[in-house]
Amino acid sequence: MSSTDTPIAEIPGDTLRERIVDDLRTHIGADLVDSLVKPGDDVWVRVSTDAWRRTGVALREMGFEYFCFLSAIDWMPSPFGKGEDDPTAPPVERDDTVKQGYAGGETRLQVLARLVHPTLHVGVNIKCDVSDSEPVVESWVSVFAGANWHEREAHEMFGIGFAGHPDLRNMYLPGEFEGHPLRKDFPLLARLVKPWPGIVDVEPMPGGSNDEEGDAE
Amino acid sequence: MTSTESLIDRRQLAYIASQAADARLNVELETDGMTLNIGPQHPATHGTLRIIAHLDGEQVVWAEPSCGYMHRGYEKLTEVRTYPQVTSLVNRIDWLGSFANEVPFILAAEKLMGIEAPPRAQWIRTILFELSRIANVSLFLGDLGVQLGAITPVFMAFRDREHVLNLIEATTGGRFHPNFDRIGGLKDDLPAGFIDETRAVMKTLRNFCTEIEDLLFGNEIFQSRTRGIGVIPKDIAMQYGLSGANARASGIDWDLRRDQSLPMAWDKVDWKVWTHPDGDSFARCWIRLQEVRESTRIVDQLLDNIPAGPIMAKVPRIIKVPEGEAWVSTENPLGEMGYYVVSKGDLGPFRTKIRSASFNNISIVPWILKGVYVPDIITILASLYFILGDIDR
Repeated sequence: MSSTDTPIAEIPGDTLRERIVDDLRTHIGADLVDSLVKPGDDVWVRVSTDAWRRTGVALREMGFEYFCFLSAIDWMPSPFGKGEDDPTAPPVERDDTVKQGYAGGETRLQVLARLVHPTLHVGVNIKCDVSDSEPVVESWVSVFAGANWHEREAHEMFGIGFAGHPDLRNMYLPGEFEGHPLRKDFPLLARLVKPWPGIVDVEPMPGGSNDEEGDAE
Repeated sequence: MTSTESLIDRRQLAYIASQAADARLNVELETDGMTLNIGPQHPATHGTLRIIAHLDGEQVVWAEPSCGYMHRGYEKLTEVRTYPQVTSLVNRIDWLGSFANEVPFILAAEKLMGIEAPPRAQWIRTILFELSRIANVSLFLGDLGVQLGAITPVFMAFRDREHVLNLIEATTGGRFHPNFDRIGGLKDDLPAGFIDETRAVMKTLRNFCTEIEDLLFGNEIFQSRTRGIGVIPKDIAMQYGLSGANARASGIDWDLRRDQSLPMAWDKVDWKVWTHPDGDSFARCWIRLQEVRESTRIVDQLLDNIPAGPIMAKVPRIIKVPEGEAWVSTENPLGEMGYYVVSKGDLGPFRTKIRSASFNNISIVPWILKGVYVPDIITILASLYFILGDIDR
């Protein structure tokens, strides 16, 4: 709990968001690795992998009772680009440096979840690193029952394990399916078979000016 | 005298004997477990959802929805499309209220680019958003009757929804998939005569609501089949991330149109967020009925004062969205629909997480169906209201 006297609901947006981060820090301490409060926008926090479940519990105690979603991000740039390469041409060299987004990170895969405070109407985006060699975090099912399906989805789409999940069956894919479709190194097969002609729609308009600034009308 | 006495005795004896027979029968009727498969193609599934219910007699021991019959991999597909191309994909998530799917994605892209649509575009967006909600939810109200064995309401719903679809078609050119929202504004302005026509249609829709209320909500059978059935307490609704009418029916006073600031026109008009304390099937249906009414009110008020001006902000012809992450969610017909867009400064998104309302709303099914009777499965599913495209994405 914060020491100031102002009731929490009256604090304007960004101050409130900063205070949420401070509050979370008092709950989980050094396990809050990084945070970002974007003015007038949103909050991002990154916690250590071991503290994933503890963060969920702490935020629930802080009143973030509404479970919005849980998913993952693969930060590796796709080796297939946008799938617009000519299949007969020699393969294109691509930049493959892994660069994480808001609140930083060290690993290629990150778990991402969002919890919302139902009366303050403020949400928190929580991220946590997941190691490549052993992509497992603790399950949130015992904290938020709704995490069940979201974790099943993240498991089949990204290959992330959730320790303590009751039943990590596939949701969409057949049980014997190999690979994790939303990982960046999983090719979009339709694009490999036939290159996508969609890039056409950003060609300059016939008769129009070729500069990037188009007319608004 | 004696004959009447003996008659009473005989009656009593017969009664006792029948009671005994019933009691013996009950013991003999102890049931084996049975698995009941509902779907994937069943009128109650709004697409292809399969529900496996394990029964003991008439009661459900456990039930498990099985998704994935309509998984189209939109999250993966957005990674290989440009930003303007994504709207044609996300259109098909909740196909009954398609325009509403485009708005949060466009708003997320606009947020990353730091631009805002001009007031006129915001107004028209809000009007079309509410028209999609009316088209979507009015069909729900009609469909509700079908699930309970009443055929008439669905014809009324299709009849009156057609007027709304005509309005959407007149404006966007598409009845179901408008693909009308652009980064920075809208594709086109409103057609001539739209305002008068819409006013008339809103009146028709309010009459439709009254008809449905008379026909369905006051009906004894409807009440007895929905009141007290499928009760979701507030804290369970929170944990499962239920949103929209399902959450408001459990007494959660929360509407994203009111409770967050977005560059839309909802805060410019006067309307009410309805909640219901009961949390049962009836409450969920009733809230949706009121929401259609409120939507018609919102549209009516917005029509009164559409600002003049351009419908498109100044945006580059080739849209590159700066690096960053953004989350935008709106109150869609089915509940909270949000997009978490990660941009790397490219022509297309690096990753898009689509948070659709039905996925969370339906994840409560194993919990809520535990212990209910078989006929109630259908009413509970109908009242939770999901659209398959919105679950599988």
